[in-house]
Amino acid sequence: MAIGVKVVRRPVENTSYLRATLKGMALTFRHLVRPHKPVLEYPDVKPELAPRWRGTHRMAVHADGRPKCVACGLCPTICPSNCIRLVPGEDDQGNRYPIVYEIDEFRCIFCGMCQEVCPVEAIHVGQDYENAEFTRERFVYDLDRLMAQDHPVTALWDPEDPLGQ
Amino acid sequence: MHEVGALGPTAWLIAAVLKVILVFTVTLTFVALWTWLERRVAGWIQDRLGPNRVGPFGLLQPVADGLKNILKEETYPGAASRFYFVAAPMLALTPAMMTMAVVPFAAPLPTPWGLVDMIVADAPIGVLYVLALTSLGVYGIVMAGWSSNNKYALLGGLRGSAQMVSYEVAMGMSLVPVFMLAGNVTLTQVVWTQQEGLGLWLALPLGLSFVIFIIAAFAETNRLPFDMPEAESELVAGYHTEYSSMKFSMFMIAEYANLTTSSAVMATLFFGGWDIPFWSGDNMRVVSAGVVEGAAPSVLITLLTLAAFSLKTFFFVFLFMWVRWTVPRFRYDQIMHLGWKILLPVALAYIAITGTGILVLDQMGVAYGFTFGLVLTAVNVLATGGFLWLLDRDRVMSGSWITQQQRQERLAGLGRRRHGAAAGPPSGEEPAWR
Repeated sequence: MAIGVKVVRRPVENTSYLRATLKGMALTFRHLVRPHKPVLEYPDVKPELAPRWRGTHRMAVHADGRPKCVACGLCPTICPSNCIRLVPGEDDQGNRYPIVYEIDEFRCIFCGMCQEVCPVEAIHVGQDYENAEFTRERFVYDLDRLMAQDHPVTALWDPEDPLGQ
Repeated sequence: MHEVGALGPTAWLIAAVLKVILVFTVTLTFVALWTWLERRVAGWIQDRLGPNRVGPFGLLQPVADGLKNILKEETYPGAASRFYFVAAPMLALTPAMMTMAVVPFAAPLPTPWGLVDMIVADAPIGVLYVLALTSLGVYGIVMAGWSSNNKYALLGGLRGSAQMVSYEVAMGMSLVPVFMLAGNVTLTQVVWTQQEGLGLWLALPLGLSFVIFIIAAFAETNRLPFDMPEAESELVAGYHTEYSSMKFSMFMIAEYANLTTSSAVMATLFFGGWDIPFWSGDNMRVVSAGVVEGAAPSVLITLLTLAAFSLKTFFFVFLFMWVRWTVPRFRYDQIMHLGWKILLPVALAYIAITGTGILVLDQMGVAYGFTFGLVLTAVNVLATGGFLWLLDRDRVMSGSWITQQQRQERLAGLGRRRHGAAAGPPSGEEPAWR
């Protein structure tokens, strides 16, 4: 090189390109023949999710098919990304229920606070990640869709020890 | 001598056409296979699996890729020179596909119509044809880089041409000892030399030639550690940055065809070609049309030698891939350093050494044969050992270096210039403000 780059004098074994190459080739060959490859063949083998892994939402349902949600408004209040839209309604017995309950999964950051704050354990985050869609609109999940989801829900705490004692 | 009988003109024509079709198809098939193998080898080396989903073991992956490339949109850069832009991939692909023609791939095959040599064209210029065509391949690269009107592509093309020119010289020079020993440039003669003439694979008496040749071959095929024209991390995709769909694919096919050819040529020149080691039953050559010297040709021997040739070629292809996924890319100045300052002088010196060896042995009356080869092997071991020892101590990796004393001198010089002789204090005195 034209400019006098300072090059530290090192022993030959540290600077030799030949030895470095041979060493490297031995290493790559060992990896080449290594039978075990730590690869998950994804569509065939699904990863094991941690119990607290959080994915798309799921609305719990009563035995008669009504949503458990009582439209208290806590989840849209606590939601940090403001992705839940709730329009509450009241029937003639004075029971509150959601007229509109929508979650924009694009805005959602999957923090799980909605599940944590829900007094009736209606809304849950779930263990689901295969949620690709063809249009953006499809990512706004309405109440029917949330109720139809059937994947397992996330355990935000140990159910036998809810206060962490 | 075995009289098998020469082919008639019609049979010769049919055989020639069949051989052309066979070699062309097999090369293309293997090119497709290499694209799959390359990714699998890369995967295995990196503790992954590589493409394994299309067909058994992912073997149909090249088919899927080909289909995809044909269906993809062909883009033309607005400011590109359209004619050369289209011509470049063809220019890269054609010479790459033509080179296999002079490589003998098996022992001569006896048929009811006469003897068929297992070589498409036993051209008298042999290796020179290979050298000429491989150097033609660079035109495709340069043209692609230039006509794309893209600065990355242009840089890739420039680097490609510089690198090809540099290593072609060393490559040609490294082959001179081979010609000196074989006495001819045809590859059939080189194979015969290794079978009977010397009875030794030329990698033994001419190992240094082989080392230089393989390094130059890596550079000529633009494979890592010499993939300067492509250099993903520096030049996006180098000379084929602007290419899409099948035109891009043609560059890839050309690259892998070159890979196959240079592997085959290496196997032929230095590792006996289709010769099966430690067995003289396959040592034969065609003396004149239909007449074979040495062992009797048979279909079985043809098949066995074909297998031996394929195995040797496969080994070199694997070596190319293995090196690619191990060694990082050279810097440009390192490539020039290696090509001009190391390989070329060493190749020239080795011509002198081998020439002297041959001359001395001739003068001493040692007959051309196995002993002759062994003596040259001893000379070669010394030469190769010395070369590797020197290369080991050459700082290819760290650029130029200066001794501590030189460094002090340069720093002192810098200091003088910075303070200036006129404005500074008289020499020898410490400046007062320090």
